[in-house]
Amino acid sequence: MAALVLTATLLSGPLARAVQPDEMLPDPAMEARARAISKDLRCLVCQNQSIDDSDAPLARDLRLLLRERLVKGDSDAQAVAFLTDRYGDYVLLRPPVRPSTYLLWFGPFALLVVGGGILLWRGRHGTVGAEAVAPPLSAEEKAHLALLMDDKDEGKGRP
Amino acid sequence: MRRLMFLIPLVLFLGLAGWFAVRLKQIDRGDTPDRLPSVMIDKPVPAFDLPPLVEGQPGVASAELGDGKVRLVNFWASWCAPCRSEHPILMRLAGQGVDIRGIDYKDKAADGQAILARDGNPYAAVARDESGRTAIDFGVYGVPETYVIDRQGRIRYRQVGPITPQDLQNRILPLINELSK
Repeated sequence: MAALVLTATLLSGPLARAVQPDEMLPDPAMEARARAISKDLRCLVCQNQSIDDSDAPLARDLRLLLRERLVKGDSDAQAVAFLTDRYGDYVLLRPPVRPSTYLLWFGPFALLVVGGGILLWRGRHGTVGAEAVAPPLSAEEKAHLALLMDDKDEGKGRP
Repeated sequence: MRRLMFLIPLVLFLGLAGWFAVRLKQIDRGDTPDRLPSVMIDKPVPAFDLPPLVEGQPGVASAELGDGKVRLVNFWASWCAPCRSEHPILMRLAGQGVDIRGIDYKDKAADGQAILARDGNPYAAVARDESGRTAIDFGVYGVPETYVIDRQGRIRYRQVGPITPQDLQNRILPLINELSK
């Protein structure tokens, strides 16, 4: 029985939502807009959850505020701007592309280009190939090697 | 040139280690990654007019700020434990003549009043922000938060979390002195 209850609880977990029925707007289309916007807004208390996901009181306040703005006739962009005016770009889970975020957006590609460039350069001018194939043994070396191989057998019984 | 290539990893390592050392030092001083920068810095305080915490006493309104006096605006609540640890520092500041306006954030009036009656009242005026909307206009994301307001009514500094004696010595008092000149 306890296992059953536990299973049911665990299964219902992902279905549970932070958005409470009393917060929802009567107009389903506008509610859908609010849900879509709030999925991309960071909860400032938990910082890695969207306000749509978070049970923090501030997240609830922000959800209600967002819905109020939409009801007042704000466009999606205006409603988001209302929050970034107060909390900055940090409130956006998807950071905008601007000079201060170029490193974030383009850094990985720059690393890829630099790394690929180094690989290409080494492939053309590098020593990888040359080092991999050792030059054949000279006659002198062959003789030395034969001696060593012999020595191994003769070495039996020595201290 | 070629012979020095083996130094590249060492240089990269030293650079990284240096950066870590700098950040650890900053975190030691309270500049932790969870402290978010405020976009309100150097902007005028948002417009608000909040009712008093105690009936009959003055509330707090944006119109009163920026009349030529440097002030602190402190968001707090009776249910907020860090606010209690900050309280003695606010009392000390008030004792030094700093004008602190308190905003009791999402609190029951009776609870807020009881705390001030028990621990003392450092505020020149205390208001209630029951809905938390004024706090959102300030960009508050948790109590306590403290804002330094300059003589023209602009926000010049935001303290996230309780004011520590170090914050007071290193940042807040020097800024108040600077702005009061």
